[in-house]
Amino acid sequence: MRASVGLMQGNEACARGAIVAGCRFYAGYPITPSSEIAEELARLLPQVGGKFIQMEDEIGAMGACIGASLGGVKSMTATSGPGFSLKQENLGYAIYTEVPCVVVNVMRGGPSTGLPTSPAQSDVMQARWGTHGDHPMIALAPASVREVHDCTIRAFNLAERLRTPVILLYDEVIGHMREKVELTDPSQVAIVERPKPTCPPEVYLPYKAGEDDVPPFVRFGEGYRYHVTGLAHDERGFPTQNPRVVEAHQRRLHRKVERHRDEIAAYETFMLEDAEVAVFAYGITARSARAAVRTARSEGLRAGLLRPISLWPFLDLEVGKLAQQVKAIVVAEMNLGQMIYEVERAAQGRARVAAYQKASGEPIHPEEILAALQEVR
Amino acid sequence: MFDYHEYFRSEMMPHMWCKGCGNGIVLKALLRAIHRLGLSKDRIAMVSGIGCSSRLTGYVDCNTLHTTHGRPLAFATGLKLARPELTVIVITGDGDGLAIGGNHLIHTARRNIDLTCLLFNNQIYGMTGGQLAPTTPEALFSTTTPYGNIEPNFDACRLVQAAGGTFVARGTVYRAIPLEKLIAEGIQHKGFSFIEVLTTCPEIHGRRNKLGTPAEMLQALAKTTLPTGVIHQASGPEYTEAYDGIIAKAQGRT
Repeated sequence: MRASVGLMQGNEACARGAIVAGCRFYAGYPITPSSEIAEELARLLPQVGGKFIQMEDEIGAMGACIGASLGGVKSMTATSGPGFSLKQENLGYAIYTEVPCVVVNVMRGGPSTGLPTSPAQSDVMQARWGTHGDHPMIALAPASVREVHDCTIRAFNLAERLRTPVILLYDEVIGHMREKVELTDPSQVAIVERPKPTCPPEVYLPYKAGEDDVPPFVRFGEGYRYHVTGLAHDERGFPTQNPRVVEAHQRRLHRKVERHRDEIAAYETFMLEDAEVAVFAYGITARSARAAVRTARSEGLRAGLLRPISLWPFLDLEVGKLAQQVKAIVVAEMNLGQMIYEVERAAQGRARVAAYQKASGEPIHPEEILAALQEVR
Repeated sequence: MFDYHEYFRSEMMPHMWCKGCGNGIVLKALLRAIHRLGLSKDRIAMVSGIGCSSRLTGYVDCNTLHTTHGRPLAFATGLKLARPELTVIVITGDGDGLAIGGNHLIHTARRNIDLTCLLFNNQIYGMTGGQLAPTTPEALFSTTTPYGNIEPNFDACRLVQAAGGTFVARGTVYRAIPLEKLIAEGIQHKGFSFIEVLTTCPEIHGRRNKLGTPAEMLQALAKTTLPTGVIHQASGPEYTEAYDGIIAKAQGRT
């Protein structure tokens, strides 16, 4: 594949990005509005020697991805709300057993079957806390077709680098929107591979991490015979109930993501330098926010935008800094209050945090955000 | 003399199965079958779900994957597609493979992917303390059928055959040598091989239903009225090979 310019859909950009990242296995189940990712990869994967399988359900798709990844192949699945709910158990398995993979959730209105063809941003907390038990999480939220492509590559790189699943979250508008994109020449894209052991099989401990808290990975069938289990396990991978071992493992899993927080963190600021009021918005909402900020400026209101590209781990430091600078932060999101609680937590009362929320299945328009900004000025 | 310890993870012993449990007989038959076929431990992957039988993977010195409840066939499908050169053996139980994981069993059989699935049927949810399984005989008691079971149970072999599995067999822990041979045949068969193993749970299931001593429960298996041995064998396109054809087509090589 060469660098290309063209009209492309968000879901298609996701599939293309996956191929560039080295994804060679996809297991999925049809669900609107994510199906185009599966359809595109069913076509593209065998062209590059990869494999695609349509599984009998979302649970099986997540399981197959984990199996393929343990076989040493970069793997991905994509879904939307109801399917994302079904993936949660095996998602937790992948986190706990440290199996890299990428899970895409193209967000539609919910709960339940909800609005299959309409956008929402109501799974951001499910992405963080959907699977049971304590666990770290990495989630990225692109806001354009080009960014979907780049974030997909980044999701694979982070998953491989840190041996953990990475969630790509974007709304139906981003998934189905077509826009002109200019994609980087794939040969110029940095691709990360999972860390490999340097020791011989006899002394290999599959869950003994180095200084960066990431244990080296070796695929099945290479002479390093080991056990993988979703039970609490020790460095050998064997089940344990030893409280000290269990606690140390839990803490390492969290530390593994926390200590790489700066490497994961990604955001964009727009006209924030001298802003007195700011919008916090992600995904398609951030594009309306950008227009609102521009109009506000033309009307003499010093507005700005903080657009997180990484949603999890949350951008505490950046939001904290913003709260010191501005009078008020408007959190605009297509749900009835999810990321706003994180913003409030990080702002620690240093700025007023106001909500602009919409749960009608329609995107938030610039005028709506503009009105919210004028209200808090 | 065949040395089981060559295949065991000694650090995982003692195992967690109850005294008198039939699962150890299946484990040993499986190890003898592997030995008989001369398979390298490095090239075997064993994938299991959740339950007593599924703990088996922890005890065998090969590439082992103890997955989530009911899902080992899905994990194994991904692994086999990623690495067709590995011999992938799936260990599941009657609850894991027929209740929560029943749908995966149907579709894995339909795809005829080259996995060998051993389903341990002990008629009960043993690990969780003896609840009703889809295989519990009618009128028997479990912790969730205190007045007796009113649900008909189903025949796993007929299910898999109907779904498209190309090797379907049933063995019992009463006849360990024929079981070993069935497992070896199943591993050698190209395509989805399904072996239901009738095993015993004297501690959790037998006691409650007064089914006798562990030895008596074994002897009862000798009198099973269900067909045993190879029940169905057919040939059909194997999934990973068929997919190689897709790759050739997509790359314009055909």
